[in-house]
Amino acid sequence: MILALAAQAAGAEGPAVPAHPARVVSINLCTDQLAMLLAAPGQLVSVTWLAGDPAFSAMADHAGAYLANGGRAEEVFALHPDLVLADIWSPPDTVSMLTRLGIPVVQFPPGESMADIRANIIRMGEVLGTADRAAAMAAAFDARLAGLVRLAPPPGARPRAATWAANAYASGPRSLTGAILDAAGFANVAGELGIEYGGTLPLEALVWAQPDIVITAESAPGASRAEDVLRHPALAGLRVEAGLADADWTCGTPFVLDAVARLAAFRAKPGP
Amino acid sequence: MRQPLLLGLLAGLVAALFVASLAVGPAGIGLRGSLAALVAGGDGPAPLILREIRLPRALLGLLIGAGLGLSGAALQGFLRNPLAEPGLIGVSSSAALGAVVAIYSGASAAFALALPVFALAGALLGVLAILALAGAAARTLTLILAGVAVSALAAALTSLVLNLSSNPYAAGEIVFWMMGSLADRSMLHVAIAAPFILAGGIALLTLGRGLDALTLGEDAAASLGIGLAAMRLRLVLGIAAVVGAATAVAGAVGFVGLVVPHLLRSATGARPARLLWASALGGAAVVLAADVATRVIAPERDLKLGVLTALVGAPFFLHLIRKTAREAA
Repeated sequence: MILALAAQAAGAEGPAVPAHPARVVSINLCTDQLAMLLAAPGQLVSVTWLAGDPAFSAMADHAGAYLANGGRAEEVFALHPDLVLADIWSPPDTVSMLTRLGIPVVQFPPGESMADIRANIIRMGEVLGTADRAAAMAAAFDARLAGLVRLAPPPGARPRAATWAANAYASGPRSLTGAILDAAGFANVAGELGIEYGGTLPLEALVWAQPDIVITAESAPGASRAEDVLRHPALAGLRVEAGLADADWTCGTPFVLDAVARLAAFRAKPGP
Repeated sequence: MRQPLLLGLLAGLVAALFVASLAVGPAGIGLRGSLAALVAGGDGPAPLILREIRLPRALLGLLIGAGLGLSGAALQGFLRNPLAEPGLIGVSSSAALGAVVAIYSGASAAFALALPVFALAGALLGVLAILALAGAAARTLTLILAGVAVSALAAALTSLVLNLSSNPYAAGEIVFWMMGSLADRSMLHVAIAAPFILAGGIALLTLGRGLDALTLGEDAAASLGIGLAAMRLRLVLGIAAVVGAATAVAGAVGFVGLVVPHLLRSATGARPARLLWASALGGAAVVLAADVATRVIAPERDLKLGVLTALVGAPFFLHLIRKTAREAA
């Protein structure tokens, strides 16, 4: 039974996934955070160096307790893991190299919706052998999400919001950011304009659409031309709030609900 | 063609394209609505879009196009070589390197003029390197090879600066600096680029008499009282100011200075002085047209300006190389 499950999880030809892995290495920022939340003490050996960067990781404070890796096959192999956690978009050459070296790799889909996040929590619990802890976390996630959604206005009465990041990038309703916006009780202007997942929303189209609020990311360290557009004078007539930190919207983890709560506060509070 | 007629036609074309640049955009405002919003203002987002987004874009297209066309004509006249062009000989890439250093070191955030000044310094180094490598009356092969070397070095250093930046978006901006774009520029960019482009452009336009004399050869020009050293200094500073400021706000837009003088050379009777004015107008028309085309072809993709100018310009360049080689044989 356990063997059959393990074989199924590893796919047709990969090395078998142990039922209770003892040395787990994560090579993706998002699996890093889920694993730090759900691993048993001592079970998780290493996470990516990004997990320690507060600009991208919601758990930067916790990452110091683990070895940092750069996601390369050679350094991961040197850690002698019995399980590697990766994203389905992790570099295929790295994943196939690890598999050839006999290390089982479990790949998680990116969480693009609240349902995806829930499913990833449950699956991480199954993979790490901490299903009880995962079930409790999923239940808490459900309860907090339901509480936030209850406060959101009905579809017709929602303020219209656009998320707008460097390079004039707007997130559509089928992205994680879109899901955060929806749970916070906003209508998504990018969706109105036909952007499903995400894409360039020209400054002119944004101003023309006259959203009630434009939610931008907090500025990244160092200067860049890509972020110039967030300070363009044509935005002067709109309400612009720097409300989304990369750490909140990069990964599908329970921390997205912090972002939902923060955005919902913008809805409650009138603009400046 | 008579000079006033040619210049009149070109000016009319530039005016039409300038209006088109104001009227085309993702917000379907329409020609009449656009002009009304620009001039009369009013409520709603339309005046804001016209005055803060489309007007700076059209003004930059006009200034940068005119500057690049003029730079190409002046360089070709001075070097007596039809293949000389700020992009091809590496001046644009050097200017981009200067601009990149200004932005990613934080200098331009502390002091807005650092952007054009650094880019100007980069362009200056590029021109000086080319003149030192290829000499004043450059042979085609030496000129092109020197240009390849300077471009490659500047592009590599630009990529290095962007890769070393702590900003996660910096590395993705390599394309902008190599290909150029006028998307989402503001009046601030017009304000920091225009003085340099105008000053440099005036310096280049005053070279006309000297360039005309130079067609007779350096000795003949000297006997007519033309000081070659003073001309070279004005050319170098003019090109650096124009290309530096243009690249600082719009990235490296190639081939404009190559194609435009070539198209207009026969219509100006092969007189460099006339060609300068005609190329300024022609360059403005080409860049405005290319920028309008980026908005018509793929408004949501941020198509790069330099992609269009290179698609037209590169085949032209190959044609010119073949022609030059045939004449040399």
